[in-house]
Amino acid sequence: MKRRSSIGWSAVALVSAITLAALWVFPLLWALSTALRPEHETVSSVFHFLPRTWTLEAFAKVLGAGNVPRWLFNSAVVAVLVTVLTMALSLMAAYAFSQMRFRGRGWLFGLTMVAFLLPFEALLVPLFRTMNQLGLINSYAGIVLPQVVSPMVIYVFKQFFDAIPKDFREAAVIDGASPARVLWSLYLPVSANIVWAMAIVTFIGAWNNFLWPFIIVTSNDMMTIPLGLTQTYDAYGVRYAQLMAAALLGALPAGLAYVLFQRRVTQGFLAASGLK
Amino acid sequence: MKPNFHSPPAGARARRENLAAAMLLAPFALVFLLFFLVPALQTLYLSLTESSLTRTSGFVGLANYATLVQDPGFWASLGNTFYFALLTVIPLTALGLVMALLVEHFTRARSWLQGAFFLPFVLPISVMTLIADWMLQPSSGIVNHLLGTQRAWLADLHWAMPMVAIGTIWWTVGFNMLMFIAGLRNIPVDLYEAAALDGARGFTLFRHITWPALRPVVGTAVLLSLIASLKIFGQTYILTTGGPFNTTRVTLHYMYETAFTQSDAGYAAAIAMAFVAIVIALSLLQGGLVRWSARKRA
Repeated sequence: MKRRSSIGWSAVALVSAITLAALWVFPLLWALSTALRPEHETVSSVFHFLPRTWTLEAFAKVLGAGNVPRWLFNSAVVAVLVTVLTMALSLMAAYAFSQMRFRGRGWLFGLTMVAFLLPFEALLVPLFRTMNQLGLINSYAGIVLPQVVSPMVIYVFKQFFDAIPKDFREAAVIDGASPARVLWSLYLPVSANIVWAMAIVTFIGAWNNFLWPFIIVTSNDMMTIPLGLTQTYDAYGVRYAQLMAAALLGALPAGLAYVLFQRRVTQGFLAASGLK
Repeated sequence: MKPNFHSPPAGARARRENLAAAMLLAPFALVFLLFFLVPALQTLYLSLTESSLTRTSGFVGLANYATLVQDPGFWASLGNTFYFALLTVIPLTALGLVMALLVEHFTRARSWLQGAFFLPFVLPISVMTLIADWMLQPSSGIVNHLLGTQRAWLADLHWAMPMVAIGTIWWTVGFNMLMFIAGLRNIPVDLYEAAALDGARGFTLFRHITWPALRPVVGTAVLLSLIASLKIFGQTYILTTGGPFNTTRVTLHYMYETAFTQSDAGYAAAIAMAFVAIVIALSLLQGGLVRWSARKRA
Protein backbone atom coordinates (compact mmCIF):
# COMPACT_ATOMS: atom_id res chain seq x y z
CA MET A 1 0.00 0.00 0.00
CA LYS A 2 2.57 2.52 1.20
CA ARG A 3 4.94 1.74 -1.66
CA ARG A 4 2.19 2.20 -4.20
CA SER A 5 1.27 5.63 -2.88
CA SER A 6 4.92 6.70 -2.98
CA ILE A 7 5.19 5.58 -6.61
CA GLY A 8 2.01 7.54 -7.26
CA TRP A 9 3.60 10.66 -5.83
CA SER A 10 6.71 10.20 -7.95
CA ALA A 11 4.60 10.00 -11.07
CA VAL A 12 2.71 13.16 -10.11
CA ALA A 13 6.00 14.92 -9.42
CA LEU A 14 7.46 13.85 -12.75
CA VAL A 15 4.42 14.93 -14.75
CA SER A 16 4.25 18.27 -12.90
CA ALA A 17 7.94 18.94 -13.40
CA ILE A 18 7.79 18.26 -17.12
CA THR A 19 4.56 20.21 -17.64
CA LEU A 20 5.67 23.25 -15.66
CA ALA A 21 9.14 23.34 -17.19
CA ALA A 22 7.62 23.09 -20.69
CA LEU A 23 5.13 25.87 -19.93
CA TRP A 24 7.88 28.09 -18.55
CA VAL A 25 10.33 27.57 -21.40
CA PHE A 26 7.74 27.68 -24.16
CA PRO A 27 7.22 31.48 -24.46
CA LEU A 28 10.96 32.01 -24.96
CA LEU A 29 11.22 29.21 -27.51
CA TRP A 30 8.16 30.58 -29.28
CA ALA A 31 9.77 34.04 -29.41
CA LEU A 32 12.92 32.47 -30.84
CA SER A 33 10.95 30.44 -33.35
CA THR A 34 9.16 33.62 -34.44
CA ALA A 35 12.39 35.60 -34.73
CA LEU A 36 13.92 32.95 -36.98
CA ARG A 37 11.27 33.08 -39.71
CA PRO A 38 10.64 35.48 -42.56
CA GLU A 39 8.14 38.24 -41.72
CA HIS A 40 5.30 36.93 -43.93
CA GLU A 41 5.26 33.63 -42.03
CA THR A 42 4.35 35.37 -38.78
CA VAL A 43 1.01 36.53 -40.15
CA SER A 44 0.38 33.54 -42.39
CA SER A 45 -3.03 31.96 -42.00
CA VAL A 46 -1.44 28.50 -41.84
CA PHE A 47 0.06 27.87 -38.44
CA HIS A 48 3.49 26.30 -37.86
CA PHE A 49 5.37 25.78 -34.62
CA LEU A 50 8.72 25.88 -36.42
CA PRO A 51 9.73 28.25 -39.20
CA ARG A 52 9.24 26.77 -42.68
CA THR A 53 12.16 28.87 -43.87
CA TRP A 54 14.85 29.42 -41.28
CA THR A 55 16.43 32.85 -41.57
CA LEU A 56 18.43 35.37 -39.55
CA GLU A 57 16.88 38.18 -41.57
CA ALA A 58 14.95 39.62 -38.60
CA PHE A 59 18.10 39.84 -36.46
CA ALA A 60 20.05 41.40 -39.33
CA LYS A 61 17.33 43.99 -39.95
CA VAL A 62 17.09 44.90 -36.26
CA LEU A 63 20.83 45.25 -35.88
CA GLY A 64 21.34 46.92 -39.22
CA ALA A 65 18.85 49.76 -39.06
CA GLY A 66 16.80 51.69 -36.55
CA ASN A 67 17.61 52.43 -32.95
CA VAL A 68 18.18 49.00 -31.43
CA PRO A 69 22.03 49.13 -31.59
CA ARG A 70 21.97 52.59 -30.03
CA TRP A 71 19.62 51.41 -27.25
CA LEU A 72 21.80 48.36 -26.57
CA PHE A 73 24.82 50.66 -26.34
CA ASN A 74 23.01 53.00 -23.92
CA SER A 75 21.98 50.05 -21.77
CA ALA A 76 25.56 48.77 -21.66
CA VAL A 77 26.89 52.19 -20.60
CA VAL A 78 24.20 52.60 -17.96
CA ALA A 79 24.43 49.06 -16.56
CA VAL A 80 28.23 49.16 -16.30
CA LEU A 81 28.24 52.62 -14.68
CA VAL A 82 25.50 51.68 -12.21
CA THR A 83 27.29 48.47 -11.27
CA VAL A 84 30.75 50.02 -10.80
CA LEU A 85 29.44 53.04 -8.88
CA THR A 86 27.08 51.01 -6.69
CA MET A 87 29.88 48.62 -5.76
CA ALA A 88 32.38 51.41 -5.04
CA LEU A 89 30.04 53.60 -2.98
CA SER A 90 28.50 50.67 -1.11
CA LEU A 91 31.85 49.04 -0.25
CA MET A 92 33.24 52.29 1.15
CA ALA A 93 30.08 53.07 3.13
CA ALA A 94 29.73 49.50 4.41
CA TYR A 95 33.37 49.48 5.54
CA ALA A 96 32.87 52.73 7.45
CA PHE A 97 29.62 51.50 9.04
CA SER A 98 31.10 48.14 9.96
CA GLN A 99 34.67 48.88 11.03
CA MET A 100 34.94 52.48 12.12
CA ARG A 101 33.67 54.18 15.23
CA PHE A 102 32.64 57.73 14.42
CA ARG A 103 30.10 60.22 15.66
CA GLY A 104 26.62 59.80 14.24
CA ARG A 105 27.31 56.26 13.03
CA GLY A 106 24.17 54.79 14.60
CA TRP A 107 21.62 57.23 13.24
CA LEU A 108 23.31 57.56 9.86
CA PHE A 109 23.10 53.81 9.38
CA GLY A 110 19.52 53.82 10.67
CA LEU A 111 18.62 56.54 8.18
CA THR A 112 20.15 54.55 5.34
CA MET A 113 18.14 51.51 6.33
CA VAL A 114 14.88 53.49 6.39
CA ALA A 115 15.33 53.68 2.63
CA PHE A 116 14.49 49.96 2.59
CA LEU A 117 10.95 50.75 3.63
CA LEU A 118 10.24 53.53 1.19
CA PRO A 119 9.30 52.38 -2.31
CA PHE A 120 11.30 54.09 -5.05
CA GLU A 121 8.02 54.74 -6.87
CA ALA A 122 7.11 57.32 -4.23
CA LEU A 123 10.14 59.41 -5.18
CA LEU A 124 9.43 59.65 -8.91
CA VAL A 125 7.80 63.07 -8.97
CA PRO A 126 10.32 65.05 -6.84
CA LEU A 127 13.20 63.08 -8.36
CA PHE A 128 12.10 64.15 -11.82
CA ARG A 129 11.85 67.75 -10.64
CA THR A 130 15.35 67.61 -9.12
CA MET A 131 16.78 66.17 -12.33
CA ASN A 132 14.99 68.86 -14.29
CA GLN A 133 16.54 71.57 -12.13
CA LEU A 134 19.98 69.98 -12.47
CA GLY A 135 19.55 69.77 -16.24
CA LEU A 136 20.03 65.99 -16.16
CA ILE A 137 16.95 64.90 -18.15
CA ASN A 138 18.07 62.73 -21.08
CA SER A 139 21.60 62.31 -19.72
CA TYR A 140 23.55 59.24 -18.61
CA ALA A 141 24.12 60.92 -15.23
CA GLY A 142 20.37 61.41 -14.86
CA ILE A 143 19.64 57.76 -15.65
CA VAL A 144 22.48 56.38 -13.52
CA LEU A 145 22.66 58.42 -10.31
CA PRO A 146 19.38 57.49 -8.55
CA GLN A 147 20.10 53.83 -9.30
CA VAL A 148 23.36 53.76 -7.33
CA VAL A 149 21.58 54.35 -4.00
CA SER A 150 21.35 50.79 -2.72
CA PRO A 151 20.92 50.44 1.05
CA MET A 152 20.40 46.75 0.48
CA VAL A 153 23.90 46.25 -0.97
CA ILE A 154 25.41 48.28 1.87
CA TYR A 155 23.56 46.14 4.37
CA VAL A 156 24.79 42.89 2.79
CA PHE A 157 28.40 44.10 2.65
CA LYS A 158 28.23 45.36 6.23
CA GLN A 159 27.01 41.96 7.40
CA PHE A 160 29.98 40.35 5.71
CA PHE A 161 32.48 42.83 7.09
CA ASP A 162 31.02 42.46 10.58
CA ALA A 163 31.78 38.74 10.45
CA ILE A 164 35.47 39.21 9.60
CA PRO A 165 37.63 38.80 12.74
CA LYS A 166 38.86 42.11 14.16
CA ASP A 167 42.51 40.95 14.52
CA PHE A 168 42.60 40.94 10.76
CA ARG A 169 42.25 44.69 10.57
CA GLU A 170 44.23 45.54 13.69
CA ALA A 171 47.37 43.93 12.30
CA ALA A 172 47.16 46.02 9.15
CA VAL A 173 46.38 49.25 10.99
CA ILE A 174 49.39 48.75 13.24
CA ASP A 175 51.49 48.44 10.09
CA GLY A 176 50.22 51.91 9.19
CA ALA A 177 47.77 51.02 6.41
CA SER A 178 45.11 53.63 5.56
CA PRO A 179 41.40 52.66 5.70
CA ALA A 180 41.20 52.72 1.92
CA ARG A 181 44.19 50.39 1.72
CA VAL A 182 42.76 48.01 4.33
CA LEU A 183 39.44 47.92 2.47
CA TRP A 184 41.04 47.36 -0.93
CA SER A 185 43.68 44.77 -0.08
CA LEU A 186 42.20 42.97 2.92
CA TYR A 187 38.41 43.18 3.04
CA LEU A 188 37.72 43.12 -0.67
CA PRO A 189 39.62 39.88 -1.43
CA VAL A 190 38.05 38.12 1.56
CA SER A 191 34.56 39.12 0.38
CA ALA A 192 35.20 38.53 -3.32
CA ASN A 193 32.37 35.99 -3.63
CA ILE A 194 29.62 38.19 -2.29
CA VAL A 195 30.96 41.25 -4.14
CA TRP A 196 30.77 39.36 -7.45
CA ALA A 197 27.31 38.07 -6.58
CA MET A 198 26.02 41.55 -5.78
CA ALA A 199 27.74 43.02 -8.83
CA ILE A 200 26.05 40.54 -11.19
CA VAL A 201 22.66 41.08 -9.58
CA THR A 202 23.14 44.87 -9.74
CA PHE A 203 24.10 44.59 -13.41
CA ILE A 204 21.03 42.51 -14.25
CA GLY A 205 18.82 44.92 -12.33
CA ALA A 206 20.31 47.97 -14.05
CA TRP A 207 20.12 46.38 -17.49
CA ASN A 208 16.45 45.57 -16.95
CA ASN A 209 15.34 48.72 -15.14
CA PHE A 210 12.32 50.19 -16.87
CA LEU A 211 10.57 52.61 -14.54
CA TRP A 212 13.27 55.22 -13.96
CA PRO A 213 14.53 55.45 -17.57
CA PHE A 214 10.87 55.67 -18.58
CA ILE A 215 10.51 58.80 -16.44
CA ILE A 216 13.83 60.50 -17.10
CA VAL A 217 14.36 59.77 -20.82
CA THR A 218 12.27 61.44 -23.46
CA SER A 219 14.62 61.42 -26.43
CA ASN A 220 14.82 58.35 -28.61
CA ASP A 221 18.62 58.51 -28.69
CA MET A 222 18.99 58.23 -24.92
CA MET A 223 16.65 55.28 -24.42
CA THR A 224 17.89 52.07 -22.86
CA ILE A 225 16.81 48.82 -24.49
CA PRO A 226 13.94 47.92 -22.08
CA LEU A 227 12.48 51.36 -22.72
CA GLY A 228 13.23 51.30 -26.43
CA LEU A 229 11.48 47.96 -26.84
CA THR A 230 8.21 49.62 -25.89
CA GLN A 231 8.67 52.00 -28.84
CA THR A 232 9.33 49.31 -31.42
CA TYR A 233 5.72 49.15 -32.58
CA ASP A 234 6.20 52.60 -34.05
CA ALA A 235 9.45 51.52 -35.63
CA TYR A 236 8.46 48.08 -36.90
CA GLY A 237 4.69 48.16 -37.07
CA VAL A 238 3.40 44.64 -36.90
CA ARG A 239 6.65 42.99 -37.97
CA TYR A 240 6.62 40.31 -35.32
CA ALA A 241 9.79 38.49 -36.38
CA GLN A 242 11.72 41.72 -35.91
CA LEU A 243 9.94 42.53 -32.63
CA MET A 244 10.86 39.12 -31.23
CA ALA A 245 14.43 39.45 -32.51
CA ALA A 246 14.75 42.83 -30.78
CA ALA A 247 13.23 41.41 -27.58
CA LEU A 248 15.66 38.49 -27.55
CA LEU A 249 18.63 40.79 -28.16
CA GLY A 250 17.47 42.97 -25.26
CA ALA A 251 17.18 39.92 -23.01
CA LEU A 252 20.51 38.43 -24.03
CA PRO A 253 22.98 40.18 -21.65
CA ALA A 254 20.94 39.59 -18.48
CA GLY A 255 19.98 36.09 -19.62
CA LEU A 256 23.59 35.25 -20.40
CA ALA A 257 24.75 36.63 -17.05
CA TYR A 258 22.26 34.31 -15.39
CA VAL A 259 23.13 31.21 -17.39
CA LEU A 260 26.88 31.70 -16.89
CA PHE A 261 26.77 32.62 -13.21
CA GLN A 262 23.69 30.77 -12.02
CA ARG A 263 25.06 30.10 -8.52
CA ARG A 264 26.28 33.64 -7.99
CA VAL A 265 22.98 35.10 -9.20
CA THR A 266 21.07 32.82 -6.83
CA GLN A 267 23.33 33.80 -3.94
CA GLY A 268 23.04 37.48 -4.84
CA PHE A 269 19.25 37.55 -5.11
CA LEU A 270 18.89 35.69 -1.81
CA ALA A 271 21.33 38.02 -0.07
CA ALA A 272 19.55 41.00 -1.58
CA SER A 273 16.21 39.94 -0.14
CA GLY A 274 17.82 39.42 3.27
CA LEU A 275 17.23 35.70 3.24
CA LYS A 276 20.77 34.33 3.30
CA MET B 1 50.63 49.67 22.07
CA LYS B 2 47.52 48.01 20.79
CA PRO B 3 44.71 50.26 19.57
CA ASN B 4 41.32 49.49 21.02
CA PHE B 5 38.70 48.96 18.32
CA HIS B 6 35.83 48.06 20.53
CA SER B 7 35.25 51.16 22.58
CA PRO B 8 34.72 54.72 21.35
CA PRO B 9 38.15 56.28 20.69
CA ALA B 10 39.17 59.61 22.16
CA GLY B 11 41.22 62.67 21.21
CA ALA B 12 43.41 62.82 18.13
CA ARG B 13 42.70 59.24 17.15
CA ALA B 14 38.99 59.93 17.29
CA ARG B 15 39.37 62.95 15.03
CA ARG B 16 41.40 60.90 12.57
CA GLU B 17 38.82 58.12 12.57
CA ASN B 18 35.96 60.60 12.14
CA LEU B 19 37.71 62.19 9.18
CA ALA B 20 38.53 58.87 7.52
CA ALA B 21 34.96 57.67 8.00
CA ALA B 22 33.60 60.93 6.59
CA MET B 23 35.72 60.52 3.48
CA LEU B 24 34.62 56.93 2.96
CA LEU B 25 30.97 57.85 3.47
CA ALA B 26 30.95 61.14 1.56
CA PRO B 27 30.29 59.81 -1.97
CA PHE B 28 27.39 57.61 -0.88
CA ALA B 29 26.03 60.23 1.51
CA LEU B 30 25.95 62.85 -1.24
CA VAL B 31 24.03 60.64 -3.69
CA PHE B 32 21.76 59.41 -0.89
CA LEU B 33 20.98 62.95 0.20
CA LEU B 34 20.34 64.36 -3.28
CA PHE B 35 18.53 61.45 -4.86
CA PHE B 36 16.82 59.80 -1.94
CA LEU B 37 16.43 61.80 1.26
CA VAL B 38 15.59 65.18 -0.25
CA PRO B 39 13.09 63.71 -2.76
CA ALA B 40 11.49 61.71 0.07
CA LEU B 41 10.93 64.87 2.11
CA GLN B 42 9.86 66.72 -1.02
CA THR B 43 7.13 64.16 -1.68
CA LEU B 44 5.70 64.96 1.74
CA TYR B 45 6.00 68.72 1.21
CA LEU B 46 4.66 68.68 -2.36
CA SER B 47 1.61 66.75 -1.19
CA LEU B 48 0.70 69.81 0.89
CA THR B 49 1.02 72.23 -2.02
CA GLU B 50 -0.58 73.00 -5.34
CA SER B 51 2.46 72.43 -7.54
CA SER B 52 3.08 71.68 -11.19
CA LEU B 53 5.81 69.45 -12.55
CA THR B 54 8.24 72.36 -12.72
CA ARG B 55 6.94 74.95 -10.23
CA THR B 56 6.18 74.77 -6.53
CA SER B 57 3.35 77.09 -5.61
CA GLY B 58 0.85 77.63 -2.82
CA PHE B 59 0.70 75.71 0.42
CA VAL B 60 -2.77 74.19 0.66
CA GLY B 61 -2.51 72.08 3.79
CA LEU B 62 -4.42 68.81 3.59
CA ALA B 63 -6.58 69.87 0.64
CA ASN B 64 -5.00 67.30 -1.71
CA TYR B 65 -5.78 64.54 0.76
CA ALA B 66 -9.34 65.78 1.14
CA THR B 67 -9.73 65.56 -2.64
CA LEU B 68 -8.08 62.15 -2.67
CA VAL B 69 -10.55 60.43 -0.33
CA GLN B 70 -13.43 61.56 -2.56
CA ASP B 71 -11.75 60.85 -5.88
CA PRO B 72 -13.46 57.94 -7.67
CA GLY B 73 -10.50 57.69 -10.10
CA PHE B 74 -8.14 57.04 -7.20
CA TRP B 75 -10.38 54.45 -5.57
CA ALA B 76 -10.94 52.69 -8.87
CA SER B 77 -7.18 52.53 -9.47
CA LEU B 78 -6.69 51.16 -5.95
CA GLY B 79 -9.39 48.57 -6.61
CA ASN B 80 -7.64 47.52 -9.82
CA THR B 81 -4.33 47.26 -7.97
CA PHE B 82 -5.81 45.02 -5.29
CA TYR B 83 -7.60 42.93 -7.91
CA PHE B 84 -4.22 42.35 -9.56
CA ALA B 85 -2.69 41.45 -6.17
CA LEU B 86 -5.55 39.02 -5.55
CA LEU B 87 -4.89 37.35 -8.90
CA THR B 88 -1.13 37.03 -8.36
CA VAL B 89 -0.11 36.65 -4.71
CA ILE B 90 -1.50 33.18 -3.99
CA PRO B 91 -0.45 31.59 -7.32
CA LEU B 92 3.02 33.16 -6.97
CA THR B 93 3.41 31.65 -3.50
CA ALA B 94 1.87 28.24 -4.17
CA LEU B 95 3.54 27.75 -7.54
CA GLY B 96 6.89 28.94 -6.15
CA LEU B 97 6.65 26.30 -3.43
CA VAL B 98 5.69 23.54 -5.88
CA MET B 99 8.56 24.49 -8.17
CA ALA B 100 11.04 24.48 -5.28
CA LEU B 101 9.87 21.02 -4.16
CA LEU B 102 10.25 19.73 -7.72
CA VAL B 103 13.73 21.24 -8.14
CA GLU B 104 14.87 19.66 -4.87
CA HIS B 105 13.20 16.34 -5.68
CA PHE B 106 14.82 15.78 -9.07
CA THR B 107 18.42 16.14 -7.96
CA ARG B 108 19.92 15.19 -11.30
CA ALA B 109 17.90 17.67 -13.33
CA ARG B 110 18.12 20.30 -10.58
CA SER B 111 20.03 23.05 -12.35
CA TRP B 112 18.03 22.60 -15.59
CA LEU B 113 14.71 22.77 -13.79
CA GLN B 114 15.77 25.72 -11.66
CA GLY B 115 17.07 27.47 -14.78
CA ALA B 116 13.80 26.92 -16.66
CA PHE B 117 11.71 28.34 -13.81
CA PHE B 118 14.01 31.24 -12.96
CA LEU B 119 15.16 32.50 -16.36
CA PRO B 120 12.06 34.67 -17.03
CA PHE B 121 12.83 36.62 -13.85
CA VAL B 122 16.01 38.08 -15.33
CA LEU B 123 14.27 39.38 -18.47
CA PRO B 124 13.43 43.07 -18.83
CA ILE B 125 9.75 43.80 -18.29
CA SER B 126 9.32 44.92 -21.88
CA VAL B 127 10.59 41.58 -23.17
CA MET B 128 7.93 39.85 -21.09
CA THR B 129 5.23 42.22 -22.38
CA LEU B 130 6.36 41.92 -26.02
CA ILE B 131 6.21 38.13 -25.88
CA ALA B 132 2.85 38.18 -24.04
CA ASP B 133 1.41 40.62 -26.55
CA TRP B 134 2.58 38.47 -29.46
CA MET B 135 1.19 35.28 -27.96
CA LEU B 136 -2.15 36.96 -27.22
CA GLN B 137 -2.64 38.57 -30.65
CA PRO B 138 -6.26 38.17 -31.79
CA SER B 139 -5.59 36.72 -35.24
CA SER B 140 -2.00 35.44 -35.37
CA GLY B 141 -1.39 34.75 -31.68
CA ILE B 142 -0.57 31.23 -30.59
CA VAL B 143 -2.98 31.26 -27.63
CA ASN B 144 -5.98 31.84 -29.87
CA HIS B 145 -4.65 29.28 -32.30
CA LEU B 146 -4.34 26.60 -29.62
CA LEU B 147 -7.75 27.41 -28.13
CA GLY B 148 -9.42 27.83 -31.50
CA THR B 149 -10.63 31.31 -30.55
CA GLN B 150 -10.26 34.82 -31.97
CA ARG B 151 -10.37 36.73 -28.72
CA ALA B 152 -8.63 40.10 -28.23
CA TRP B 153 -7.54 39.11 -24.74
CA LEU B 154 -5.91 42.40 -23.76
CA ALA B 155 -8.82 44.49 -25.01
CA ASP B 156 -11.36 42.29 -23.23
CA LEU B 157 -13.06 43.81 -20.18
CA HIS B 158 -12.87 40.58 -18.19
CA TRP B 159 -9.70 39.03 -19.53
CA ALA B 160 -7.26 41.93 -19.67
CA MET B 161 -6.24 41.94 -16.00
CA PRO B 162 -6.08 38.12 -15.63
CA MET B 163 -3.82 38.00 -18.70
CA VAL B 164 -1.53 40.65 -17.21
CA ALA B 165 -1.52 38.56 -14.02
CA ILE B 166 -0.59 35.37 -15.88
CA GLY B 167 2.26 37.17 -17.64
CA THR B 168 3.48 38.52 -14.32
CA ILE B 169 3.33 35.10 -12.67
CA TRP B 170 5.38 33.60 -15.51
CA TRP B 171 7.84 36.45 -15.22
CA THR B 172 8.40 36.59 -11.45
CA VAL B 173 7.56 33.23 -9.82
CA GLY B 174 11.20 32.15 -10.11
CA PHE B 175 12.16 34.46 -7.31
CA ASN B 176 9.71 32.89 -4.87
CA MET B 177 10.95 29.46 -5.94
CA LEU B 178 14.47 30.58 -5.02
CA MET B 179 13.35 31.63 -1.54
CA PHE B 180 11.64 28.28 -1.00
CA ILE B 181 14.70 26.37 -2.20
CA ALA B 182 16.79 28.26 0.35
CA GLY B 183 14.17 27.45 3.01
CA LEU B 184 14.16 23.75 2.08
CA ARG B 185 17.95 23.57 2.28
CA ASN B 186 17.86 24.99 5.79
CA ILE B 187 15.82 22.05 7.09
CA PRO B 188 18.18 19.63 8.90
CA VAL B 189 18.37 16.23 7.16
CA ASP B 190 18.32 14.44 10.56
CA LEU B 191 14.68 15.44 10.98
CA TYR B 192 13.71 13.49 7.87
CA GLU B 193 15.93 10.54 8.84
CA ALA B 194 14.44 10.32 12.32
CA ALA B 195 10.89 10.50 10.94
CA ALA B 196 11.69 7.94 8.26
CA LEU B 197 12.89 5.55 11.00
CA ASP B 198 9.47 5.99 12.60
CA GLY B 199 7.94 4.85 9.33
CA ALA B 200 6.83 8.23 8.01
CA ARG B 201 7.09 8.82 4.28
CA GLY B 202 5.75 10.80 1.37
CA PHE B 203 3.09 13.31 2.23
CA THR B 204 3.37 12.62 5.98
CA LEU B 205 6.97 13.87 5.90
CA PHE B 206 5.85 16.99 4.07
CA ARG B 207 3.02 17.69 6.48
CA HIS B 208 4.93 17.19 9.69
CA ILE B 209 8.43 18.41 8.80
CA THR B 210 8.65 20.36 5.55
CA TRP B 211 5.52 22.49 5.92
CA PRO B 212 6.09 23.65 9.55
CA ALA B 213 9.72 24.48 8.75
CA LEU B 214 8.69 26.45 5.65
CA ARG B 215 5.89 28.47 7.23
CA PRO B 216 8.03 31.55 7.90
CA VAL B 217 9.22 31.46 4.26
CA VAL B 218 5.60 31.27 3.11
CA GLY B 219 4.91 34.42 5.14
CA THR B 220 7.87 36.21 3.56
CA ALA B 221 6.88 35.09 0.07
CA VAL B 222 3.32 36.35 0.54
CA LEU B 223 4.55 39.69 1.85
CA LEU B 224 7.15 40.27 -0.87
CA SER B 225 4.72 39.18 -3.61
CA LEU B 226 2.05 41.45 -2.19
CA ILE B 227 4.34 44.49 -2.10
CA ALA B 228 5.62 43.75 -5.61
CA SER B 229 2.01 43.41 -6.83
CA LEU B 230 0.98 46.72 -5.30
CA LYS B 231 3.83 48.34 -7.23
CA ILE B 232 2.52 47.13 -10.58
CA PHE B 233 2.82 49.71 -13.32
CA GLY B 234 4.92 48.66 -16.31
CA GLN B 235 2.99 45.50 -17.16
CA THR B 236 -0.37 47.23 -17.53
CA TYR B 237 1.04 50.48 -18.88
CA ILE B 238 2.79 48.70 -21.74
CA LEU B 239 0.24 45.98 -22.46
CA THR B 240 -3.06 47.83 -22.07
CA THR B 241 -2.25 51.49 -21.22
CA GLY B 242 -4.81 51.09 -18.47
CA GLY B 243 -7.62 49.98 -20.75
CA PRO B 244 -10.11 48.68 -21.65
CA PHE B 245 -12.27 51.32 -19.95
CA ASN B 246 -9.66 51.90 -17.23
CA THR B 247 -10.11 48.36 -15.91
CA THR B 248 -6.32 47.95 -15.70
CA ARG B 249 -5.44 51.48 -14.66
CA VAL B 250 -3.56 50.86 -11.41
CA THR B 251 -2.58 53.29 -8.64
CA LEU B 252 0.95 54.03 -9.87
CA HIS B 253 -0.44 54.57 -13.36
CA TYR B 254 -2.90 57.06 -11.92
CA MET B 255 -0.07 58.80 -10.06
CA TYR B 256 2.04 58.87 -13.22
CA GLU B 257 -0.76 60.42 -15.27
CA THR B 258 -1.54 62.97 -12.59
CA ALA B 259 2.09 64.07 -12.44
CA PHE B 260 3.35 63.75 -15.98
CA THR B 261 0.27 64.18 -18.17
CA GLN B 262 -1.68 66.66 -16.08
CA SER B 263 1.38 68.22 -14.43
CA ASP B 264 -0.34 68.17 -11.04
CA ALA B 265 2.71 67.31 -8.93
CA GLY B 266 1.05 68.26 -5.64
CA TYR B 267 -1.84 65.84 -6.08
CA ALA B 268 0.48 63.14 -7.47
CA ALA B 269 2.60 63.48 -4.32
CA ALA B 270 -0.50 62.97 -2.19
CA ILE B 271 -1.25 59.79 -4.16
CA ALA B 272 2.36 58.71 -3.59
CA MET B 273 2.02 59.30 0.16
CA ALA B 274 -1.20 57.27 0.30
CA PHE B 275 0.55 54.52 -1.67
CA VAL B 276 3.50 54.50 0.77
CA ALA B 277 1.13 54.37 3.73
CA ILE B 278 -0.68 51.36 2.26
CA VAL B 279 2.57 49.49 1.48
CA ILE B 280 4.01 50.10 4.95
CA ALA B 281 0.72 49.32 6.73
CA LEU B 282 0.38 46.01 4.87
CA SER B 283 4.01 45.10 5.64
CA LEU B 284 3.47 45.74 9.34
CA LEU B 285 0.11 43.97 9.35
CA GLN B 286 1.54 40.93 7.62
CA GLY B 287 4.56 40.88 9.95
CA GLY B 288 2.19 41.08 12.93
CA LEU B 289 0.05 38.24 11.59
CA VAL B 290 3.08 35.99 11.17
CA ARG B 291 4.24 36.68 14.73
CA TRP B 292 0.71 36.19 16.06
CA SER B 293 0.23 32.82 14.35
CA ALA B 294 3.69 31.72 15.53
CA ARG B 295 2.77 32.64 19.11
CA LYS B 296 -0.54 30.87 18.86
CA ARG B 297 1.18 27.68 17.80
CA ALA B 298 3.82 27.83 20.52
